[in-house]
Amino acid sequence: MRQLLILSGKGGTGKTTVASAFIDFTDAKAFADCDVDAPNLHLVMHMQEKPEISDYYGMGKAKIDRSKCMSCGICMENCRFGAISFKEGAYIVEEFRCEGCGVCAYVCPQTAIAMKPDVAGELCLYNNTRVFSTATLKMGSGTSGKLVTEVKKNMQRSCNKDAFAIIDGSPGIGCPVIASISGVDMVLVVAEPSISGISDMERIVKTAQGFGAKIAVCVNKYDTNIDKSLEIEEYCKRNDISFMGRISYDKSAAEAINNGISLAKADCRASEEIKKVYQNTMKHINNTKRREKYDSN
Amino acid sequence: MKFTRDITIMESKKIAVLSGKGGTGKTFVSVNLADAAGKSVYIDCDVEEPNGHLFFKPEITSEEKVTVKIPVVNHDLCTGCRKCTEFCRFNALAYLKDKVKVFEDICHSCGGCMLVCPQKAIYEKDLAIGKVEIGKSRQVKILSGTMDIGKASGVPIIKRLLELGSLEDLTIIDCPPGSACVTMESIKDADFCVLVAEPTLFGVHNLAMVHELVNLFKIPFGAVLNKCTDGENPAEKYCDDNDIKILGKFDYDKEMGRLNAQGEIMSRVDKAYNRKFAELSYAILEEIK
Repeated sequence: MRQLLILSGKGGTGKTTVASAFIDFTDAKAFADCDVDAPNLHLVMHMQEKPEISDYYGMGKAKIDRSKCMSCGICMENCRFGAISFKEGAYIVEEFRCEGCGVCAYVCPQTAIAMKPDVAGELCLYNNTRVFSTATLKMGSGTSGKLVTEVKKNMQRSCNKDAFAIIDGSPGIGCPVIASISGVDMVLVVAEPSISGISDMERIVKTAQGFGAKIAVCVNKYDTNIDKSLEIEEYCKRNDISFMGRISYDKSAAEAINNGISLAKADCRASEEIKKVYQNTMKHINNTKRREKYDSN
Repeated sequence: MKFTRDITIMESKKIAVLSGKGGTGKTFVSVNLADAAGKSVYIDCDVEEPNGHLFFKPEITSEEKVTVKIPVVNHDLCTGCRKCTEFCRFNALAYLKDKVKVFEDICHSCGGCMLVCPQKAIYEKDLAIGKVEIGKSRQVKILSGTMDIGKASGVPIIKRLLELGSLEDLTIIDCPPGSACVTMESIKDADFCVLVAEPTLFGVHNLAMVHELVNLFKIPFGAVLNKCTDGENPAEKYCDDNDIKILGKFDYDKEMGRLNAQGEIMSRVDKAYNRKFAELSYAILEEIK
């Protein structure tokens, strides 16, 4: 299967706006939302059927059996995450800080500590005519990279081998982003023309390159600062990164999204522009694919 | 109105600015709030994509590397018992080709492998994952963290930033987007949380998530509505429906957007914005005094 991942580095540049439009333009049979700690794609995809819901288990959390605990404090001394504290005469585990490593359970001379399974989120899979995989991290749970991997696995095992999938990613450059990059054919970075947007774009481009991903860039809201937009295009040229096009700031686009409609179905300037970005991106993916075939022959 | 009086009451308070969704204006609010407060500390906890320094352009006074502990196996002592690989719940150790291999990027630095090794064949080394920079811009002390490209977690950098943050002055913590571990680490010792919301469908959905998070952490909070336009504001409606105090409102302003995109600090270049952020500080002050 071929997979296109939408990333941005900076948040709020328009990843989900671009992803949802692409999904509708290409009538994608498979798509996923990997932004598990702030998922939004479901708000514009309007899946009719009931999804399959399953629990996502994180690393597990330490639990101290008070009846066995002798209050020696060895667990607290050995916990590197500051997750065990002494409060009101007893040692307790602060769940938000516990990373589930199991060191406390290992060092406890009383075997008073056990690692308990912990539901850290919910996986949600629509698997009827189109496959849509998404998830929600439980508030207060940390392990989002692992959940991202589960979201992708859920999607991959539910669809055809020759399906073309579109994946909406999360902001930043850390573990959830790294987990989303693995195995995709191309990363499209949605950049924003601002001093922050450019700094963040450069960091996500370097991150994705570091993992060997193919990268292309487009600019959203390009007319909010044309000088900065030109800087982005120059950056792409200088670094030999394919530039897929510009999308302007469009009030009616924002209205469409607020009404839960993807830009593929809206009639506005931004919709036309995003369509061009989509066509360029598809051409680019297909060309790289052909080139690879040629190279390997 | 000059924002200097009453500031003593806010001294040593830590205010975290978060939003769930990215791009709602966390950095805009944090930077301007710190600047309008005069003597203050600004901590940029978005170590994956730090942006505050682009506005403050601080003169850097000190810099330090942030490191984590990573296991190293002494293969002369290792007997291949595999206790370490069995223990590691993160699968950061694997027994490959008759040798224990360490996958540094997925190691959580818990130290467990070293504890379980019967041969004492595992020791630790420091691995740099990023840096912390301290600087100054006018009266604002700036602490900024940057995670190295390709690293998985910025949590140790955020921990270090918050340790270094001075307690004498009002501290503004600019949080990363989302609601996962990096956000939790950034807000955990805050006295007050400011939830920045934009009037979009996505903005409201993510506002609800961080609303749940601050409730879970039992930290008092209020909202700032950013990029407001004429007509319905779903973020405002959410706040009203859920009894969330609205501390301030900023209209969508094209010229402001342009200047902000170039790295200008609005409270420094525009009197009206300076006043608005001073008023916002007072509104927060009212909530935590």
